[in-house]
Amino acid sequence: MSKTLTGTTKKLLSGNEAVALGAYHAGIMVAAAYPGTPSTEILENLAKHHDLNAEWATNEKVAMEIGIGSAYAGRRTLVSMKHIGLNVAVDPFMAAAITGVNGGLVIISADDPGIHSSQDEQDNRHYAPFAKVPMIEPSDSQEAYDMMAYAFSISEEFDTPAIVRLTTRIAHSNSLVEVTGTRKVPTERIGFEHNVQKYVMLPVNARFRRPFVEDRLVKLAAYTETFPFNKISWGDKKLGIITSGVSYQYAREVFHTASFLKLGMTYPPPKKMIREFCNGVDRAIVIEELDPFLQDAILAMGIAVTGKEFIPRIGELNTQIVREAAIKEGLVKGKSADTLTGTLPPLPGRPPLLCPGCPHSGVFYTLNILGKRSRLSDKSKEPEIIVTGDIGCYTLATYPPLYGMDTADCMGASIGTALGIEKANIGRKVVAVIGDSTFLHSGITGLVDAVYNNSKITVIILDNSTTAMTGHQEHPGTGKSAKSVETQAVDNEQIVRGLGVKDVQVVDAFDLKALRNTLKSCISNEQLSVVIVRGDCPTKTRRRSIPMVIDYETCTSCETCLKIGCPAIQKVKDKIFIEPTLCIGDVCSVCRQVCPHHAIEPAKTTAKG
Amino acid sequence: MTGVGGQGTILASDILGEAALLAGYDIKKTDTLGMAQRGGSVISHIRIGDHVYAPLIAEGDVDILIAFEKLEAIRWCAYLRTGGIAIINDLAVPPLSVGLGTSRYPNDKEILAAFKKITGRVYFVNGTDQAHRLGDARTLNTIMMGCISTFLPIDILTWKEAIAHRIPEKIRELNFKAFDKGREVIKHVGIG
Ligand SMILES: Cc1ncc(C[n+]2csc(CCOP(=O)(O)OP(=O)(O)O)c2C)c(N)n1
Ligand code: SF4
Repeated sequence: MSKTLTGTTKKLLSGNEAVALGAYHAGIMVAAAYPGTPSTEILENLAKHHDLNAEWATNEKVAMEIGIGSAYAGRRTLVSMKHIGLNVAVDPFMAAAITGVNGGLVIISADDPGIHSSQDEQDNRHYAPFAKVPMIEPSDSQEAYDMMAYAFSISEEFDTPAIVRLTTRIAHSNSLVEVTGTRKVPTERIGFEHNVQKYVMLPVNARFRRPFVEDRLVKLAAYTETFPFNKISWGDKKLGIITSGVSYQYAREVFHTASFLKLGMTYPPPKKMIREFCNGVDRAIVIEELDPFLQDAILAMGIAVTGKEFIPRIGELNTQIVREAAIKEGLVKGKSADTLTGTLPPLPGRPPLLCPGCPHSGVFYTLNILGKRSRLSDKSKEPEIIVTGDIGCYTLATYPPLYGMDTADCMGASIGTALGIEKANIGRKVVAVIGDSTFLHSGITGLVDAVYNNSKITVIILDNSTTAMTGHQEHPGTGKSAKSVETQAVDNEQIVRGLGVKDVQVVDAFDLKALRNTLKSCISNEQLSVVIVRGDCPTKTRRRSIPMVIDYETCTSCETCLKIGCPAIQKVKDKIFIEPTLCIGDVCSVCRQVCPHHAIEPAKTTAKG
Repeated sequence: MTGVGGQGTILASDILGEAALLAGYDIKKTDTLGMAQRGGSVISHIRIGDHVYAPLIAEGDVDILIAFEKLEAIRWCAYLRTGGIAIINDLAVPPLSVGLGTSRYPNDKEILAAFKKITGRVYFVNGTDQAHRLGDARTLNTIMMGCISTFLPIDILTWKEAIAHRIPEKIRELNFKAFDKGREVIKHVGIG
């Protein structure tokens, strides 16, 4: 932090921190979210404040509904999620688009071009015209901070939810922010009004609201021409660049003299301004990440622009990609950089792995053995068990040596997908694996279906008492709120029993014998079964004990222990070795249990080990 | 700045960013984490200047490459500009595939050869050793910051202020020591 000449402070903030601070200063009283990279830190930052309600919701749909309710009651409200989270929340989102709001409702959609940490790449800008709501896109942390106040005013003035779209590179980049505001909570709108024509979307009322939505768009289209973050800066008029978000920054690095139209509100786009800009330059191009969203809108205006002809549609942009594209298109001079990559020796990758002591390792090791899944390594025969997976740390068990799962589509899909494979009746056993946070997020409805439609699959709930993948957030099952306050924990065992599942087992994740016996009996019996595997995530609890060591007198180098995929167990020069700084010791002891020669023991505290 | 998840590169890049802020520069810093906390490869791009637009640095544009681990150094070497500076911690953390025998860790000769095509200014430092000698492996990041500080126009007091902002009081003194150690170590390593 440093002081500026005018007495404000300058901070180095990530886009997410800036959004949180901007929303806090704009006077939000409620924030709801479900974790998802790259949006998670927004709620984490808001939860540090005591003068507002910031909560982890069960899933994005519930977060959105909380946001809608709070906005109906006149409070400024922020709802944040990753791009695919909005898919989950889209039903209430579309409803709010038609009912409108009372207090400002701002929805953060954090997209992930390049798929750094997601299961798909999608351009959520399309949701704005789809729902007919405004969309704002900051290009750095300063704008992320400044735009929040506008987003809330726009939401209130035009009676609409407003989307602020971030991308990974905005959310997770730090840049300087001059913090000009302080927290002010508006009070004019507080209170709920009984107004069925606005809030009860019976067909008759929804039809009544429809013209309002179209009318709102017309008004927003006029407003966007005056929005201060839609800006033309004239340079050389031979080339004009229309861009927004982080693409603007890359374009600035490559085109030093061109004219720029930078859009801060990308829906509705400022058509007059765009026309004026395009008329003022010899050639206009659009530089944008992912789909030709702006380009198509401008083409539809009858203006000839290019962009996606030379700027890739797939993945994240960067200065290098934009520069190479510009050189090829003849827009800037220069020669393509020679790349050295071809001259390097082949380098081993460093994929993310389950941590040492991960409670997921033992389950997948056991499934691997029971289902003969290592047959996948040489494709000699089909494994006996099909494992439908889900999204979480445990998805990392997909790779050898664990061969953990055959499918992973979206959160909650493991159970439904398993039901489908079972119904396809191809003569193989199906097991669904799902994390505890994911089960509460969207697994329960699948299990209801399994009970109702008489399924015989086995569902394994991997209960590590946290939402680990996204950085260990609390969830309804952990008994703690986003602000780390004790709350009532939702008990997944009671849920499962309450749904009517007859065969319900609870097993310790670090007890391999129990795991093996339970899984064997559940998979082979001809009824629906649920196995809840409980073991705390050590990366969250930081629990550790004396590390394991190998006794080389008894070790035969059979390499059984390498099949757990524990990063602490390494093979260095034909010798197996347990890295003492990584091993968490006998709070895990999975390797000790798999070793057929009893060569693994905790290090003696007296001896050096 | 690159390394393996858990080595403290993110904190190091935070300190560097903070120091640049205190010194009055514009900064953009971005961490491409993937899923770093689970031992993946981590790379942070840090840009410091009068005015910075893009958060990501293009290949061949990096002035100083700091690697906390050798495989990560060679993985990102193409980012270094011709004649740029490479500061490499002399530590190998072989990925699981090396242990399983499905891939091979590059040897020092190959690593040096890759850099030699780009620059003569390669510094191998024994940062991990030094950190162990200080009694806390986690001081690696401040040692590396000490090394890089000798190449940047930011004064030492500003650096220390930045460290004080980012590091809890209990281990602050130790980290100041580590920082000084880094400044000393870099003076004594020959250029590779
Ligand atoms: C709709 C949606 N929201 C959020 C995410 C981000 N996300 C990936 S995995 C995960 C939760 C994982 O928690 P859990 O099921 O408990 O498994 P763990 O990582 O703890 O093993 C989340 C929130 C996502 N992929 N999709
Ligand atoms: S963070 Fe926890 S759940 Fe995730 S891989 Fe590591 S130990 Fe396993």
